[in-house]
Amino acid sequence: MARCWERALRRAELPVAITEGFSPRPKMHFGLALSTGHESLGEYLDIDLREPEASALDLGALPERLTPFLPPGVDVETVSAIERSELSLQEAVTVCTWRIEIPGVTPEELEVNVRTMLNASTLPVTRERKGKTVSDDIRPGIISLRVVGATATDAPEQGALLEAELATQPRSVRPSELLAAFDPPRNEGRVCRTHQWIITDGARREPIPAHATSRAPAEAGAR
Amino acid sequence: MTDVWPQLEPLLANVAKPARYIGLEDGARTPHHSPDKVAWLLSYPDTYEIGLPNQGLQILYEILNENPHAVAERAYAPWTDLEGLLRDRNIPLFSIDSHRPAGLFDLIGFNLSAELTYTNLLNMVDLAGVPVRSAERRPEHPLIVAGGHCTYNPEPIADFLDIVVLGDGEEVITEINEVVRDWKKSGRTEGSREHVLRELSHIVGVYVPSMYVVTYEGANLVAVTPRYSDVPERVEKRTVADLAEFPYPKTQLVPITEVVHDRLNVEVFRGCTRGCRFCQAGMITRPVRERPAEQVRTMVEEGLRRTGYDEVALTSLSTADFSGIEKLVGDIVQSTDDGPPVSVSLPSLRVDAFGVGIATQIQRARRTGLTFAPEAGTWRMRQVINKLIREEDLYSAVEAAYANGWRRVKLYFLTGLPTETDEDTLGIAELARNCVQLGKAHTKSPSVTVSVGGFVPKPFTPFQWFGQNTVEELRRKINLLRDDTRKSHGVQVKWHDPKATLVEGIMSRGDRRIGAVIEEVWRQGGTFQEWNERFDLDLWLAAMASHGLDPEWFTYRHRTEDEVLPWDHLSAGLHKDFLWQDWRDSLAEVGLPDCRWTPCYDCGACTGYSIEHIVASATPPAGGSQGTGQDLGTSVPVTLLGRAPVGTAS
Repeated sequence: MARCWERALRRAELPVAITEGFSPRPKMHFGLALSTGHESLGEYLDIDLREPEASALDLGALPERLTPFLPPGVDVETVSAIERSELSLQEAVTVCTWRIEIPGVTPEELEVNVRTMLNASTLPVTRERKGKTVSDDIRPGIISLRVVGATATDAPEQGALLEAELATQPRSVRPSELLAAFDPPRNEGRVCRTHQWIITDGARREPIPAHATSRAPAEAGAR
Repeated sequence: MTDVWPQLEPLLANVAKPARYIGLEDGARTPHHSPDKVAWLLSYPDTYEIGLPNQGLQILYEILNENPHAVAERAYAPWTDLEGLLRDRNIPLFSIDSHRPAGLFDLIGFNLSAELTYTNLLNMVDLAGVPVRSAERRPEHPLIVAGGHCTYNPEPIADFLDIVVLGDGEEVITEINEVVRDWKKSGRTEGSREHVLRELSHIVGVYVPSMYVVTYEGANLVAVTPRYSDVPERVEKRTVADLAEFPYPKTQLVPITEVVHDRLNVEVFRGCTRGCRFCQAGMITRPVRERPAEQVRTMVEEGLRRTGYDEVALTSLSTADFSGIEKLVGDIVQSTDDGPPVSVSLPSLRVDAFGVGIATQIQRARRTGLTFAPEAGTWRMRQVINKLIREEDLYSAVEAAYANGWRRVKLYFLTGLPTETDEDTLGIAELARNCVQLGKAHTKSPSVTVSVGGFVPKPFTPFQWFGQNTVEELRRKINLLRDDTRKSHGVQVKWHDPKATLVEGIMSRGDRRIGAVIEEVWRQGGTFQEWNERFDLDLWLAAMASHGLDPEWFTYRHRTEDEVLPWDHLSAGLHKDFLWQDWRDSLAEVGLPDCRWTPCYDCGACTGYSIEHIVASATPPAGGSQGTGQDLGTSVPVTLLGRAPVGTAS
């Protein structure tokens, strides 16, 4: 995706700041990575612009200017300017909301699984890391779980739809880890990230709150 | 079912690099199929990453989609992980544009650029639900067609192909389309397949293998003759006379995932007359046809703006030979000066200071490594192969490279060339050491990487009669070179495993009997053979043995002048006696200067087709042909773009 963005920025002729050195690249900062195969309605990207051209830029016109140059399905929804002092997206975002299709289970069965999971005080998982087996607890990273109902009729396989809020810090919990921690472990159907949240003083907001619409926005933030 | 996407999508979570299978490139066309249009599936028998950038397929994709009577989509070989899932679920090969099953197309066309992809071709035809052998196909099956450099000897795969196209495809594709359209309109009735193939064989440049009988006497091939009097005895290649008429690709495909040659590519000329005797591409694509510089500039400018790429390659077999290359490169660099940084690359660099001068002009930043291809280690050997680079040329190039800030030099060589001695092999090491020495004046630790490949003789070259080196002999030479450079500080030697050269040799110069071997290797699971980790020599040797065929007879044996070659019924325009004379000259260590700027040798490529070299400038390049400093005189026997011929072509 980084190369797609680079090409799109050049095609839209945006005054993007360029890195110094032997292989100059446009200055872009991506937020949290999205696993291959997962969809998202809320992705964010910071882009450094060059002064003085940046001041003359009409930010409101950028979504329409950029979207045609991006692959189908990648739509720029909203753009806003941010302060240089703001934390990077990776540091600032602490929680994501996910919509997860779980095939082969009824909403009622999943409800039982969810209750058991939320009642557990710890959920230890082990994983291989650099040849060593590491064990840690993902329970603190599970903020909330809610069974929405049955999957939509267009789903490839029938099952239940789960909405999960998962922490990205200090330890990030991935949807696949969540499903593996159910008893019994559940399979992953389609997965969609619907929101990314920044929490300051107990209040949560999305990285571009001012323009938030019914669909979560994608950001090209200009610093 | 006209769209396999609903079945395919859930599988993509479980395969490597799923972006290979989804299409969505910028520049891709939305296909509109109709009974009135001939549907082509343009295919590359390797992964998406390797096949997508193929310029030949992209050119045909655009030409066909501009034709109101045609529609074209694309397909690439699914990697083994997806192939397994497709076969388990009976999902056929599909186009990546609209995920349409391959069997629904009227033709499946393959670009063949490497012999080791042949088993992938069979695999893709089979995955399409089409019988792999032409003889077993019925009217409802697509026609299987192939083009590309490998098809100058299509005999090893002749039994699997319905039609073969020789040469440039830009014009002939429309002629094929018309014949197939009539066939489609007629309802593709029982028995009509044979009829349409015979019709197609009348098109110049089209070879229909099933219309020919192959005769053997003992182990020897003695004749390939047409079955019918209306089928040509010899099939001539097609040549586009004026590249300016085909400014393709107009909208180069820009993929969403990374591919090889991931940049804007603009072809600046086709053909090459340097006459390197090992080089099949240079022999079969003659004569030289340059694109007008103005058109190149426009294609670069518009291409960069449209794609957003920050790199453009000016492609050809030897771009520094383009007339007025300095001005062209200067103009491109200047025109991109005020925008974001753009780098210009030339895929092949001339081995002299002139070549480095151009590289200096375009590569203002990122001066890390430069690559040259002297191809052989001694002047004697270079005269044999007609790569007439003097040691001084190489040294002046390397000196200029280091003086202009490059730190690494890479040198390409072939080993296993005709008449090669150990002195020639060790000459490679000597050249490399001398280059390191030159670099020391400019940098503390100069590095020279030597890359060595095993030579495989190709059809329609003067070396088509040469018995290639054995795998053991190639290994011995590579080891000799490694031993000799072990203590040479700054020299690194890299080499390609020679065992694949044996299989490449079998398929490069094999005849129709090799088809059974290719089929057996494919049936044993031998796909993606050009991938190191999947290549399996034992599979090939076992298949050769089980069909009573001797690999050494096909590869290591020198051919005699009177031997019937499996491709003698095809023509790349080159007279066989020209090639034979060039082979004799080679053995006599006689070089042959570039005919763009010297009198014609009557190789046949121009005169036979009544066309001429088309170059934009009558001024030969500085330093003469290949830097030999030869006296080229003032009268240049070429046709200038848009002007009357100067002198004569023959």
